[in-house]
Amino acid sequence: MEPARRCSRGVGMAGMVPAEGGLPVKPPSFEYFAPTTLDEAVALLAQHGDEAKVLAGGQSLVPMLNLRLARPAALVDLNRVTGLDYVRAENGHVVIGALARQRAVERSADVAARQPLIAAAIRLIGHPAVRNRGTVVGSLAHADPAAELPAVAVALGAEMVVTGPNGERVVAADDFFVSYLTVDLAPGEVLKEARFPALPPRTGWSIVEVARRFGDFALAGAVATLTLDDQGAASDVRVALFGVADRPVRVPEAEQVLRGERPDDDRIAAAAEAARAALVDPPSDVHASAAYRRHVAGVLVGRALREARERAQASG
Amino acid sequence: MKRAIALTINGVRVEAEVEPRKTLADFIREDAELTGTKLGCEHGVCGACTVLLNGEAVRSCLIFAVQADGAEIMTVEGLAQNGQFHKLQQAFWENHALQCGFCTPGFLMSSYALLQENPNPTEDEIREGLSGNICRCTGYQGIVAAVKSVAGSAE
Repeated sequence: MEPARRCSRGVGMAGMVPAEGGLPVKPPSFEYFAPTTLDEAVALLAQHGDEAKVLAGGQSLVPMLNLRLARPAALVDLNRVTGLDYVRAENGHVVIGALARQRAVERSADVAARQPLIAAAIRLIGHPAVRNRGTVVGSLAHADPAAELPAVAVALGAEMVVTGPNGERVVAADDFFVSYLTVDLAPGEVLKEARFPALPPRTGWSIVEVARRFGDFALAGAVATLTLDDQGAASDVRVALFGVADRPVRVPEAEQVLRGERPDDDRIAAAAEAARAALVDPPSDVHASAAYRRHVAGVLVGRALREARERAQASG
Repeated sequence: MKRAIALTINGVRVEAEVEPRKTLADFIREDAELTGTKLGCEHGVCGACTVLLNGEAVRSCLIFAVQADGAEIMTVEGLAQNGQFHKLQQAFWENHALQCGFCTPGFLMSSYALLQENPNPTEDEIREGLSGNICRCTGYQGIVAAVKSVAGSAE
């Protein structure tokens, strides 16, 4: 029996309006809990329902609290729960626990060997101090539409392991990211682990983005993987975009152009054009217009596919 | 409701009762009375609040003091020893790596952390390692030169 699902909602930083005298910079009051087991954490979250937020790395949540864009009545801090900081290869996947810091995952030998796309995505996140505290799983649960890791999860078909008062369930990445800062987590549930499939043989990958400054949120970004068969044709292609919608999106229109075909420059350009045409309604905001996002998304899909092709060909 | 916490800052134990919402940055400045650590943006983008928490560079405006209960913190005040500048501070001085000085503690702590991990960084690695710190005065050249001049020397 499936538990009733509601999605956790949050407030984003884009479009915030300064109040008289400037933005607030001190967080509002909250009840603070630092459980030492995951079961305790789940019980606390279930008890407080919508009014509670999980605190792990805090690099996305605490800025929202400081600016008073979020006002949870309770914070459940997972940092005292041991045994959640693992990152390891397991059954053809890289599995990452809730408290694995982005920097640790960036440097993991298992990640480098089995799914380097994860490390490449992390290197685009913020700055070293942010990555020392921020967690991979936290970035997934926070689901900022301009974030890199959710797009990697969608492109690779990652699985999210959710634990809650009704036990554990596994959610496919495609189903997990629902909307802007909204994921498939019911009150009381915690994203405990993310499982990323390892890179298959003869597969190249790429992640590229445009941001005003390195480390800023992306205006738009693209993730691509490309698997070559013995004839040098693309047996599998995955393209995902971030920053262009309320969640990361696969681009089947671009993938179809290449699937089964040799990925030469003309075909890749056609795939990029298909991606651009498929983007019906990208957001327009203070950072970029819809037209710019659409244009850049097409350019980035082209770049990502070419880079993925080079890596696939180099992998022999 | 306040909680009793105890941290070690630059080797000195500091105890206080704090609201959970008090950030580590504010704890360092108000309860430990160490005002070297600065508040710039208070939302994690400027790096002025950078300190070391258990040896790692972190943004102290994004950590609550209650989370640092039992931790070892190093702030800019912990760099100089026996009244002598740390070699990074000396290098910042000599390379004109500061003007108003507001960003400087954050840059010193980020540089210190960078060199702990990578004692001999290239210029690109220095620039990337310090990319999380913003300076409005100097244009960064002096800062990079200062860190470069210390890089490679025995720590």
